[in-house]
Amino acid sequence: MRERIRKLRKQSVTAKPYISPERAILITEFYESEIANRVSIPVKRALAFKHLLENKKICINDGELIVGERGSAPKETSTYPEICCHTLEDLGVLNTRKKTPYAVNEATKKVYKEKLIPFWNGRAIRDIIFSKMSDKWKAAYEAGVFTEFLEQRAPGHTALDDKIYKKGLLDFKKDVIRSIQNLDFLKDADAYKKKEELRAMEIAADALIHFAERHADLARRLAKKESNIKRRRDLEKITDVCTRVPAHAPRGFWEALQHYWFIHLGVIMELNPWDAFNPGRLDQHLYPFYEKGLADGTLTKEEAKELLQAFWIKFNNQPAPPKVGVTAEESATYTDFALINTGGVKADGVDAVNELSYLILDVVEEMRLTQPSSMVQISKKTPDRFLKRAVEIIRIGFGQPSVFNTDEIIQELLRQGKLVEDARNGGASGCVETGAFGKESYILTGYFNMPKVLEITLNNGLDPRTGKKIGLETGDPAGFSSFDELFEAFRKQLNYFVDIKIKGNNIIERLYAERLPVPFLSLLIADCIAKGKDYNDGGARYNTDYIQGVGLGTTTDSLTAIKYNVFDKRHVTMKELLEILKVDFNRYENFRQRLLNKTPKYGNDEDYADQFMKAIFEVYFDAIDGRPNTKGGHYRINLLPTTVHIYFGKVVGATPDGRKAGEPLSEGVSPVQGADRKGPTAVIKSVAKIDHVRTGGTLLNQKFTPQLLADETGIDKLAQLIRTFFKLDGHHMQFNVISSDMLRDAQKHPERYRNLIVRVAGYSDYFVDLGVDLQNEIIKRTEQTTF
Amino acid sequence: MCPSDALSIAGKQMSVKEILEEIEKDRTFYEESRGGVTFSGGEPLMQPDFLNALLKECKERAIHTAVNTCGFAQYEIIDRIRDKVDLFLYDIKTMDNRKHRKYTGASNEQILKNLKKLAESGSSIVISFPIIPGINDDDKNVTRTAEFISSLPNIQQVNLLPYHRAGIEKYKNLGKPYKLDKIQPPSNQRVKSVKEKMEAFGIRVGIGGG
Repeated sequence: MRERIRKLRKQSVTAKPYISPERAILITEFYESEIANRVSIPVKRALAFKHLLENKKICINDGELIVGERGSAPKETSTYPEICCHTLEDLGVLNTRKKTPYAVNEATKKVYKEKLIPFWNGRAIRDIIFSKMSDKWKAAYEAGVFTEFLEQRAPGHTALDDKIYKKGLLDFKKDVIRSIQNLDFLKDADAYKKKEELRAMEIAADALIHFAERHADLARRLAKKESNIKRRRDLEKITDVCTRVPAHAPRGFWEALQHYWFIHLGVIMELNPWDAFNPGRLDQHLYPFYEKGLADGTLTKEEAKELLQAFWIKFNNQPAPPKVGVTAEESATYTDFALINTGGVKADGVDAVNELSYLILDVVEEMRLTQPSSMVQISKKTPDRFLKRAVEIIRIGFGQPSVFNTDEIIQELLRQGKLVEDARNGGASGCVETGAFGKESYILTGYFNMPKVLEITLNNGLDPRTGKKIGLETGDPAGFSSFDELFEAFRKQLNYFVDIKIKGNNIIERLYAERLPVPFLSLLIADCIAKGKDYNDGGARYNTDYIQGVGLGTTTDSLTAIKYNVFDKRHVTMKELLEILKVDFNRYENFRQRLLNKTPKYGNDEDYADQFMKAIFEVYFDAIDGRPNTKGGHYRINLLPTTVHIYFGKVVGATPDGRKAGEPLSEGVSPVQGADRKGPTAVIKSVAKIDHVRTGGTLLNQKFTPQLLADETGIDKLAQLIRTFFKLDGHHMQFNVISSDMLRDAQKHPERYRNLIVRVAGYSDYFVDLGVDLQNEIIKRTEQTTF
Repeated sequence: MCPSDALSIAGKQMSVKEILEEIEKDRTFYEESRGGVTFSGGEPLMQPDFLNALLKECKERAIHTAVNTCGFAQYEIIDRIRDKVDLFLYDIKTMDNRKHRKYTGASNEQILKNLKKLAESGSSIVISFPIIPGINDDDKNVTRTAEFISSLPNIQQVNLLPYHRAGIEKYKNLGKPYKLDKIQPPSNQRVKSVKEKMEAFGIRVGIGGG
């Protein structure tokens, strides 16, 4: 690593995240202006974006090659009051909470109190959402049956394809103008609406071009003052680059990275979409520039690497927008989930691994940053060398890269009805979510707490935690004469809550479509320009909504335990079991031990338990898959938790699998923590019984101690384990390579382990930044000591 | 029965059929890794009929088989299973018969004789050689071992297994005294030097993989 990169990295890693009200003030200023109330909403949003980009402070950090920040310095974090206006109490919590704090100074609090809160109270979309939801929805939300993704962040999952590397924003503008010219005001009732949306896109494109020019001007001024000749040359180059992109298509490697970065900033300044923004298949997009640069002598491999490193630091400089309340609990991290894809296949299906794929892995290894996240796509055509190189980095133990099955991703996308080229050009973003990059809006709408639904079923519609009746009366289980009766009650209950969730989603989706269009993002996603429709209103070629199932392992083991102990072995009656759960196993420790140790569990490749996992999967799938959304697309399922299994666990009482009240649920598709006792091959066989093809992503965590991977055979074995899981159509696997002793020591002496990064869910985070429950949970995830 | 699993029973009775079901569950992994089943122990040759039955089933199902043995058995037993075993993992602890008796309680004569016969019969063999400092890692023993191995056909490789102390806990749990308490694992330097000495005899040597 060169000195200037080392410095920039250090600056990025050591800077403390803090809240800047600048964006909130500028947006508010614009909303209060006279013109804001005279224009259509899309144009208003575009003008607000323009106002922000014209007036925000900009910076070029010392030694930087790729320039531009969302805030005005590394780790300065913007807020989005039009989505969720933080209260003074929220700001207090952010400032003082032990984990992932964001510093808030007095001046910020003052402007919130005097200006921002009075303006946005009741106007922020969060306030509007809560005011429009039904009592049933509110009851389920408060009970922790599901969460709502869009109450604090905008619809996201915006991974990009290769179109921006072939076109500048001026070219996109030409497309927009052509689309306007083609509008048929005679026959198309929506022509006016489309025209306003398209005009907004034009304004947004110009705004970002101007933003880049401001950086060119700043670089020019800095170059004039610069005494160091080498740095002056860099600043002159930055001036040139920022003059060229994003207005025009990039011509070289440097321009391509800066081009993407400006566009990235545009997206995350316009709104705060979930999962930031993702360049997608970076090794594919950049390869033509890399190849050309090496061929004509304008680029060396070392320079390419340094530019990539500089690019990596830019991601790390942007902490996730601060979340509060339940949303903070479901995703407690600074990480904003940009997931760089490498490997996979090309549009024609041939292996896509190239020299740059390896170079990017070198950068991942050397930079060791939590942001951006990185992954490798492994198809059956991927050379072993690439997989083994990835495993070499995995074994260092900072949780990156995660490993995805390209063939599976393609099957998933095809099943959803996508074109084969779009599927092959796709990948995974966020944690593990499958998408047709650059052409799809695939929105995660909230987590769904399956064990909570079972708990409500066992209590005949009552939430035992609050005593409120929030579910259906599906019958008192003590009166059920068969397991099938219970399972049918669970099915009905689950469908009941899914319906409530979807009814809510259908309102929320319209609120975003009508009140918070994103004209800038819409420029970038096919076919928004052609349709004259916003990304948030169904403009994308594909429009998918997800409801993410959580606690599959816990639900499976719970239903298995009932079948086994109540109906098969008759160790207890249902009535007795319900009593035992009610008292949280108090005085029944012996029975709890039987549940934990002498009852079949998911994750051991035993059909007794695994059959119930499959049955639950079918219930969840049938309840959701194929239901229409309001954007012309459909609902799909995926199975991932981020960190919500901790929060969901807190609201679920004792479960029949022996889990005590309040403990975390199982995460992703992984078995219950500690329930898998037959090693990773059995876990893989059990998990492969899920029909991954009918999901949009599943998450499997595996933890290994460093010793296990110490030598070449260890690498081969892990590579073979991955290949086998993928042969069985598994979707994703990620690894923590650490010993639990080390983690326990890190709990005791956090100061010694500041740099310890662990894999949490679809991302890595600093272990010492995690809450103690989450820390304990990671320690508990069965530590695999042998293959 | 203890519900909490606080008492652990090390092992359980299983039929040939039950074991085969477990083996079949991992078939897809063997196919990917070109691996298979290893019968080890204890000493698998102590249960010759059961072992023979399992090996026969595995062969019919085209699953690769390995038998990990100390070689202390009647040669007839080895001869009977030989054609169903794809690979023998065969221990040589020391060439010094006096030491062998002292530490294992048995002579190494038959073990070495069996190994010679087995090798000459055409079976594929990997030798495991534990490196136990002060007991079998002296130059003389290493040289004699290497000489012997290099005189045999069909030896694929020698795996050096550096002594480790992971067994101490197990002995404690069993309430047995751990007699090698004073011995420390060999240094990497020492392991490397044993490796080089053996390689000088034209033997392929790996470390670990036991």
